[in-house]
Amino acid sequence: MKVPGKLTLAASILGGVHVAALAAGFLAPYGPTEQSRAWPYAPPTRLHFVDDVGRLHLRPFVYALADDGTVSGRYHEDRSQLFPIRFLVRSSAALGGSGERWRLFGVDEPARVFLLGTDGFGRDQLSRLLHGARISLFAGLLATGISLGLGWVLGTVAGFYGRWTDTVLMRAADVFLALPWLYLLFAVRAVLPLHLSADQAFLMLVLVIGLVDWARPARLVRGLVLSERERNYVRAARGFGASDWYLVRRHIAPQTFGLLLTQAALLVPQYILAEVTLSFLGLGVGEPVPSWGNMLAALQRYHVLSSYWWMWAPGLALVPVFLSYSALSEALHSRVGPASS
Amino acid sequence: MLRLARRALHGLFVLFGVSVLSFVLVQLAPGDFFAEMRLDPRISEATVRALRARHGLDRPLPERYARWVASLARGELGYSFAYGTPVASLLWPRLRNTLLLTGTATAAAWMIAVPIGVWWASTRRVAARRGLAVLMATLLAIPDILLALALLLVAVRTGWFPAGGMTSVGHEHMSRGARLWDIVSHLVLPATALVLCVLPALTRHVRASVASALGAPFVQAARGHGLPEWRVVFRHALPAAANPLVSLFGLSVATLTSMSLLVEVVMSWPGLGPLLLEAILARDFYLVLGLVLASTVLLLAANILADLLLLAADPRIRAEET
Repeated sequence: MKVPGKLTLAASILGGVHVAALAAGFLAPYGPTEQSRAWPYAPPTRLHFVDDVGRLHLRPFVYALADDGTVSGRYHEDRSQLFPIRFLVRSSAALGGSGERWRLFGVDEPARVFLLGTDGFGRDQLSRLLHGARISLFAGLLATGISLGLGWVLGTVAGFYGRWTDTVLMRAADVFLALPWLYLLFAVRAVLPLHLSADQAFLMLVLVIGLVDWARPARLVRGLVLSERERNYVRAARGFGASDWYLVRRHIAPQTFGLLLTQAALLVPQYILAEVTLSFLGLGVGEPVPSWGNMLAALQRYHVLSSYWWMWAPGLALVPVFLSYSALSEALHSRVGPASS
Repeated sequence: MLRLARRALHGLFVLFGVSVLSFVLVQLAPGDFFAEMRLDPRISEATVRALRARHGLDRPLPERYARWVASLARGELGYSFAYGTPVASLLWPRLRNTLLLTGTATAAAWMIAVPIGVWWASTRRVAARRGLAVLMATLLAIPDILLALALLLVAVRTGWFPAGGMTSVGHEHMSRGARLWDIVSHLVLPATALVLCVLPALTRHVRASVASALGAPFVQAARGHGLPEWRVVFRHALPAAANPLVSLFGLSVATLTSMSLLVEVVMSWPGLGPLLLEAILARDFYLVLGLVLASTVLLLAANILADLLLLAADPRIRAEET
């Protein structure tokens, strides 16, 4: 009774987050690499509804930011003029962008709207968070696809054909499983070139994370296939002269999909975290392209860690995503059945 | 004993597999430490070639592997180009620090997880059970990177614990006791991060296995004899629940070893993690190899230890042996 509600909630949160990531160009008020050098570490801009005279505005407005003059990095609002938030604005593209584009909201110069503050280069955290979600979330999804795909194929082959194929594949899996997987990931990362463009780095991360972790799903799939192979209906089909391909396709593969689904809900957050970790340590997607990992890397400096809470945004954003994935996996587990553990 | 010997043999096989796999992988990598040198106009092409030849990098792959294995046998574990010393001399002190951290964290995590899990499984209070479930689910959803950073923030803000490193300035001049206290106070933060990372998974598993043991007929029988509940739980249910838990021990060490990599870097604990990162950034491949191999040995040792524990804990397995 409670399960469907939880499942729906988790699925809709995840759906929303992914759609937001895909629509980052529209939702974000600024470009991800657009710098406002005058405003490093600006705190989140406050949205106002009531002005100094006490009049209520239906359209929220912001004040322009002003330097305190004495200490850099201290700001106050310049209350002399108010700037209403404009919706559906056409803004000129940032440096490196091409042409103009529609944005959900914006504000006239010289005011800025930094809903989540800015980082050390005066880049809007919200815009970077949205664009970074593209890399971090989709790296997790794609890597899961690769790892489960490879694990499924190898696990099915090992379980279905048995004998020496099984022995060889499972011994290989032993070797992969014997390494702490972050070490394995790092070792594979170590042999790849250090300096990559953002696209290459993304592709590299997806491939490395996906390929390194095939052994666990392969083992699970193998176990399942091994028991399915001996079912009577499979034997009967074989007796009727069904080909191996037909048996796998019609009788065995459908039995493994539930397992794959529950595994996916477990693996995606793990792989998102792997991307974040690698980028955090400077081995993944590099500046200036944002990923949640390299955004968090700013926290490695103590004054950022303790002074600017909005720099924690990418880390905090991971929490609801992970909660949703774990709720999803629990719900799937109870629906598909415990055959997967 | 037979079982143990078989496990040890299997471990050796896996170690061999890991060594070949990682060696080939590393050797296939484009560019090496000396490739960076080639970019330096002050170093002539001939010098680079001579250096490569001296370290045997111009030989075919099998020969290089044989040389590397020979250096493993000598206890050198290859040669670090970036540091200019055998890998072993870099590795040992770091491995000791990592072992100190992960060992402490493993012990602490289990000592906390077992009582909580047992209580969780045996309590009848619905509110407590639900509360624990929510707490653990939340803890599970907090990424370890965030946890480590948050603990660091606490340390920076409050100054209760030293934020990072393993020793304070002037550590060498302290008395024995002060030195020990210095290391312990530095250990608290990274160890807490690791414990919090693995705690939810461990507690859940303890709860699940104890709960299933509590439902078994022999536990009912023990209850029927009128034994006090604590005795039923600790003397009868817990040993029967030990089997899956001991297998989990190996897994928990694997997780902790992986996580300590990140925690060590964030909290600048001088363990294997920061060294691995440096080695990767310097493209110091033999050092990377040595570190990967060391982590594998660590895991295999943990698994064999788990087997020994199982042997001690579960009479059914001892019976199988004889």
